[in-house]
Amino acid sequence: MAEMDTSSGGGHKKGPGVKKGKKLSTRVDLTPMVDLGFLLITFFIFTTTMSEPTAMRLFLPKDTEKPEDQNKVKSSGALTIMLGKDNGVFYYEGELLPDGSNFKSSGFKDIRQEIITKKKSTNPEDFVVVIKAGPESTYKNTVDILDEMAINEVKRYALVDIVDVELQLMKATENAGK
Amino acid sequence: MPRVKVPRKSTSVDMTAMCDVAFLLLSFFILTTKFKASDALAVTTPKSVSTKVVDNKNVVLITMDKEGKAYISLGDEDKDEKEAVIDLIDQWKGLSLTAAEKKSWLAPSSYIGVPFSQLKSFLQLTPDQVKNFKSPGIPVTDTANNEMEMWVRAVQSAYQGKKMNLLLKGDNDAKYPVFKGIMTALKKNEIFKFSMVTDPQGVPEGTDLWKTNQRNPGKATDAE
Repeated sequence: MAEMDTSSGGGHKKGPGVKKGKKLSTRVDLTPMVDLGFLLITFFIFTTTMSEPTAMRLFLPKDTEKPEDQNKVKSSGALTIMLGKDNGVFYYEGELLPDGSNFKSSGFKDIRQEIITKKKSTNPEDFVVVIKAGPESTYKNTVDILDEMAINEVKRYALVDIVDVELQLMKATENAGK
Repeated sequence: MPRVKVPRKSTSVDMTAMCDVAFLLLSFFILTTKFKASDALAVTTPKSVSTKVVDNKNVVLITMDKEGKAYISLGDEDKDEKEAVIDLIDQWKGLSLTAAEKKSWLAPSSYIGVPFSQLKSFLQLTPDQVKNFKSPGIPVTDTANNEMEMWVRAVQSAYQGKKMNLLLKGDNDAKYPVFKGIMTALKKNEIFKFSMVTDPQGVPEGTDLWKTNQRNPGKATDAE
């Protein structure tokens, strides 16, 4: 260990007039060193980036002008999710009714349940999620909802531009909630 | 009755062993730490369940900061491509950039976040000035004047024959129209797939993806 035998084992005896040198222990108190060591460890633990950033793939559809090239969505199997401001989520199933009665508001916590319910109740062939992000929604909302597609294994989904009717309904709902 | 002699023991513990352990751990952490490269642009990326680690080769990075400004930067190893990109932009836009101005783009971790009209003056800035310079961002939201489209086209021709790794790094608070503008720029250049940089997060229990992962563990989840 970190100590040495300092006793002069049977060394020469000094004369009676010679003062005996004080025997200093070479034993060092290591506590401060340990403290320092652990301090540095904590520092490195906190600055280390353990999680490397990951990448999420996104495939965009080609814009086609010709209507016959576009994939027709069977409206009954569609779930349209709209993203509003302040992390608001709105959705409707199938087609939007003229009076907007099937337009419902939701949140990021509840939308998963909606997606699961819809996925279970629809024929997998027809199931498609249409994502319409409003101009007030953030990039985080978009990634979150795309992530939600991955979480619930929704195979078919599309990012579509929002239309005025929906935008207005969204605004009206937002204002009504205030 | 003989008295039991209780030997008085010193309470001081030998710290050597503890010291050894502490420094062993310390050296481990020093050696394994990879410091976060100080990004020129501070961006907090959203979280996703994707587990695919970002590939750092042939990176073309489009960044969106929280104010919704777009920037473009290329990997530092791709010196030739960087040069090609700035040459092409110079040519197409007739900016008549000097060699010194092009050189400042070739510097490591350089980025561009200015419209073409300001590009020349931006490249004249010294590295210190760039730090304090508030970039207005590459215009993307204006459909008629989406400058990102031209940047992507330049990048695309620079990386011809090579597999470029297009990454989009967006801030949580960036607004959707900016993202859409960048998507449009990519679409116009016939790029239909790209990767979005995210922070990993766990898959919520009980969901379909979670069940799939339970069935075949160890497989990377990816939205492909």
